[in-house]
Amino acid sequence: MDDAAVRRQLLAALTEDARQEPEDLARQLGIGEDRAAAALSALEEDGVVRGYQAVVDWDETDAPYVTAEVELNVELDRETSYEDVARRVVKFSEVESLRLVSGDFDFAATVSGESMNDISHFIAERIATIPEVTQTVTHFVMETYKDRGVEFEGTDEDDRLSVSP
Amino acid sequence: MSEFEPSERVASVPPSGIRRFFELAEEADDVISLGVGEPDFSAPWAAREAAIDALERGRTSYTANRGLHELREAIADRVEAWGLEYDPDDEIVVTAGASEAVDASMRAFVDPGDPVAVHEPTYISYRPTAMFAGGEPLAVPTSADDEFVLTPEALRDAGADEAAVLVLCYPNNPTGATASRDQLAAIAAFCREEDLLVVSDEIYASLTYEDDHTSIASLPGMRERTVVVNGFSKAYAMTGLRLGYALGPPDAMRALNRVHQYGMLSAPTTAQYAALEALRSCADDLAEMRDAFDRRRRFVVSRFNEIGMDCFEATGAFYAFPEVPDGFDGDDEAFAEELLEAASVALVPGSVFGEGGAGHLRVSYATGMSELKEALARIERFVATAVDDQSSPEPGSSMSRSR
Ligand SMILES: Cc1ncc(COP(=O)(O)O)c(C=O)c1O
Repeated sequence: MDDAAVRRQLLAALTEDARQEPEDLARQLGIGEDRAAAALSALEEDGVVRGYQAVVDWDETDAPYVTAEVELNVELDRETSYEDVARRVVKFSEVESLRLVSGDFDFAATVSGESMNDISHFIAERIATIPEVTQTVTHFVMETYKDRGVEFEGTDEDDRLSVSP
Repeated sequence: MSEFEPSERVASVPPSGIRRFFELAEEADDVISLGVGEPDFSAPWAAREAAIDALERGRTSYTANRGLHELREAIADRVEAWGLEYDPDDEIVVTAGASEAVDASMRAFVDPGDPVAVHEPTYISYRPTAMFAGGEPLAVPTSADDEFVLTPEALRDAGADEAAVLVLCYPNNPTGATASRDQLAAIAAFCREEDLLVVSDEIYASLTYEDDHTSIASLPGMRERTVVVNGFSKAYAMTGLRLGYALGPPDAMRALNRVHQYGMLSAPTTAQYAALEALRSCADDLAEMRDAFDRRRRFVVSRFNEIGMDCFEATGAFYAFPEVPDGFDGDDEAFAEELLEAASVALVPGSVFGEGGAGHLRVSYATGMSELKEALARIERFVATAVDDQSSPEPGSSMSRSR
């Protein structure tokens, strides 16, 4: 397997389940453990793999947790670029994701907090006040059906016969 | 009370050995099953949606006996990748699963008393369907030494030169073996010399991991004597939709269609629409499933070898076929039963698949990675304890024994 194939297969295995030992990854790729570990470190160092996280359905916990999808419009001038605005916005721990998007608005952000009130205040006081931000539209999340490829509602039940030809 | 007695033909066919293991596994608790002969994925959503759409549009009638013409055209396109060219008009019959295509082939081409050569271990339906057609199965054993690929020598030794039909199954269930072009060429030469017809069940053709699949029908002089059987169950995870097909020269398909026409009328219409969509737009889904199977395959094969259960490099389907570890006298049934009882892992003993399967276990890796890891950990512990219990003078020595 060449290096590109190793990287591709590693990413496929990790996006299926990130919680895997290098030795198991090595077995799946049919390569040595050292090579698997090295390829994995390289993916991390090169900024390809940016992190490993649990996919949590917060509605199943008793933690107060609210998220909102927020549209941001900005007005730029010669001195300020999208990156400049983004660099400020991502610093807030409330901002879970931030993307520059095509279409009717400039940025799409996912913002979380303990309550709708929290989020409203955060947007009003921290985001809307950034000089380049001209408009915000906040959509509170009411129900999550799928997150990062994981279906929340679908039962994963295996209805196959336990032994079949 | 009833007046029914099975016909002699039916009575002569023993019940399936799979059934017994199914019942044992159903009784046990917390079982991880590596005994399942179908994908753990669901059919690609686009294919399912096409089925729903067909229902919504009220497409609930029979189709042409041989299947929707569009579907036959799409099948003809698909099989070109395996070097096969068949005319959608008169060389393709869409069937209710590969199962029906196998059964119809037997009834179309086997006369009472005809020997039907079947390499073993292999899929369990060939022997009974040959017998239902009045044929006499002739087992041709293959072995781990040949990586379970049929050889002309094995055919000759078993007396297969007398057979009317040879049933081939590569990539193979239960071994995961694939046959290379050269290996198939040797088998093909035997069939031409001894004038055998071939029914080639290639249902796992899309699931090969080292080399692309070769169909025996693509070899010189073989198209005219081969019926290729294939289907959607394994490649597109569509087992429950029951859709397969047969390919062959016009005469062969005319005979097969005669059986199909009276025995089935037409394959399930909803499934035909799903299959059409699968062929049109699900190549990426197939590739993704294939890659996932490949990772699991490597994992499973290497774990068995580490555990001391010799496992040859299976290169197709979704099965590995390790040997029973030392200490069980090669008794695959005893091993499988004890493993199920002590470690709650279900496998299928190799002997269920015919003579050559004894001493091996069929392990299906159509199961999620985390379950595979847990199952292998359980098997490792079970084998270690079993070997310790043996009070061998040097524990562990048997673990490293090489064959
Ligand atoms: C080798 C082989 N052929 C045919 C079948 C049955 O296929 P289908 O679902 O298309 O009837 C199976 C299913 O396990 C199989 O393993």
